[in-house]
Amino acid sequence: MSALPGSHDQRPAKWVWIAGALLLVAALVLPFLVKNYRVFQFNLVLVYAIAILGLNILTGFNGQISLGHGAFYAIGAYAAAVLMDRVGMPYWLTLPFSGALCFLLGFLMGFPALRLAGHYLAVATLALALAIPQLLKYKHLEHYTGGVQGIVLVKPDPPFTFRLLDQPFSADRWLYFFTLAVTIVMFVLAWNLLRGRVGRALIAIRDHPIAAAAMGINLPMFKSLTFGVSAAFTGVAGALGAVVIAFVSPDSFTVTLSIFLLVGMVVGGLASITGAFFGAIFIQFVPNIADELSKSAPAAIYGVLLIMLMYLMPTGVMGMVRRLWARWQPGARRARMRGVQPGSSVPVSHDHLTKESAT
Amino acid sequence: MEAFVHQIFSGLANGCIYGSIALALVMIYQATHHLNFAQGEMATFSTFIAWALIQRGLPYWLAFLLTFGISFAAGVLIQRIILRPVEKAPVLTNVNVFIGLLLIFNALSGWIFDHTVKAFPSPFPQESALKTAYFSAHESGSFLVMLAVLLALYAFFRFTPVGLAMRAAAQNPESARLVGIRVSWMLAVGWGFAAAIGALAGMMVAPSVFLDPNMMAGILLYGFASALLGGVDNPWGAVLGGLIVGVLENLLGAYVIGTELKLTVALVLIVGTLTLMPSGLFGKRVVTRV
Repeated sequence: MSALPGSHDQRPAKWVWIAGALLLVAALVLPFLVKNYRVFQFNLVLVYAIAILGLNILTGFNGQISLGHGAFYAIGAYAAAVLMDRVGMPYWLTLPFSGALCFLLGFLMGFPALRLAGHYLAVATLALALAIPQLLKYKHLEHYTGGVQGIVLVKPDPPFTFRLLDQPFSADRWLYFFTLAVTIVMFVLAWNLLRGRVGRALIAIRDHPIAAAAMGINLPMFKSLTFGVSAAFTGVAGALGAVVIAFVSPDSFTVTLSIFLLVGMVVGGLASITGAFFGAIFIQFVPNIADELSKSAPAAIYGVLLIMLMYLMPTGVMGMVRRLWARWQPGARRARMRGVQPGSSVPVSHDHLTKESAT
Repeated sequence: MEAFVHQIFSGLANGCIYGSIALALVMIYQATHHLNFAQGEMATFSTFIAWALIQRGLPYWLAFLLTFGISFAAGVLIQRIILRPVEKAPVLTNVNVFIGLLLIFNALSGWIFDHTVKAFPSPFPQESALKTAYFSAHESGSFLVMLAVLLALYAFFRFTPVGLAMRAAAQNPESARLVGIRVSWMLAVGWGFAAAIGALAGMMVAPSVFLDPNMMAGILLYGFASALLGGVDNPWGAVLGGLIVGVLENLLGAYVIGTELKLTVALVLIVGTLTLMPSGLFGKRVVTRV
């Protein structure tokens, strides 16, 4: 797979490797510096980051709006829970199954989505998100799903124990490393998928479907596959979420979850891979802070922020970082002119965010 | 048989509510080609305003009119302040702004009026001339209110200069602007109407489903299904679509799948309509030049 045109002189500098290594060490030591509950929260951040990345592949890169990714998260979570609880599968083995199931369902959902553009797709996926909790409660599925009660799981024990910095290697800390490993795998997968031919095809479809079709991109296939891949990422996140929380119930997967994922994506930055982390940190920690004000405060803050971001910072945190970076580094200017952003591998078309497309 | 006919009529009564939400959606869609995701939460908030006014001791119909007026003004303001900057922005931006509005109104309802479920009075006394064999007094009352609104809207668009200007602005903004119509303000008036109709639907539905911040989530979905089924650019189609969806929902709920999967019916209807019949039953077929 060839790199993007013009990116051969964009070899990561030595200090990028050093920064990456430092980040990795920090990520490895982090769970021993904080209390167990915080570790649990960090696990959720990683889970949400994968889910947001999945949504971003579809909406940010491919331009198909989904207000229903919470549904795929729910399906992934339930698939994992049912496999663990009813079949007795080990927790780590459930992830590929959840991913595969969600890929299939997403691919199937992608077919009607081919005929729906913009708002209509948003409505259809919103309907999916609203219908999922009801389907999970459905009495004929109760044998598997546990109905309204949901399924209570057992947190997996760490394979070995030790103490570091006076903190025990608890179940949550073990899951942190497990989640971190899965997250790294998923992000590398996404990065590899999006930086080459496939990524360029997705962006071409988003920015100008007719031109993309004229270039020989198979639109129906690519769009359905993107839906599938995106759903698979979110499904894996759901399965991880089920393992981390050790509980699933229909009411934890309401339409709010889908909307929060959307907020996370917009905050982190559309069509940005690393932005998913910022989005995930945001949707995990801001409600905790806002909850102290009022029960309704998180949603209100999200709403105001979503609108403000649309006005002021439509490319999210990562877009802002990139712009500051480009201004700060004189050499980066040239690269930006060619549409390649330093520190990222995927060109972001600002047209997509600021102008109506020509069709 | 008796029960079957009863199901149909109570479906028609629900259909009125769906139809009016669909009508509000169509009002905005016609002018802007955007589907307002916040419609349901805006209606709920309006209903809370009506509830608060009635709690203060205002007579029902005065509160009703006041709420109608407040909602209209709020709709205009929302369009002027929040949506005008993104009028020409791409779909995703608009969807995000609508979702933002949805979150804000939902949170405001909960914040100001609390999350407890509240009873909302019906203006139609139970034992009155309105009560018929198949409709309760409230059902036929809200049916009449909806009919009145529909006729008033029709008259407004058909016989008044502002109505004509609004139609022109929706159909051909460029030409309308050339003959001196302030297109952007026409959009604002459209938003006002949509908010006011939504408020009406909220006040009519609240006595039967009770008032809480999430009252409209399911109803909005049915509104979408109705609007899409009837043809999203046709107000009459929206109302008719609402009635069809209402009856369908009731019959399926009573005889086929039970009440627990009602939202799935809406999902199937939406996806089915959009896939098989994108312009709906009565909508214009959209042809684009590439």
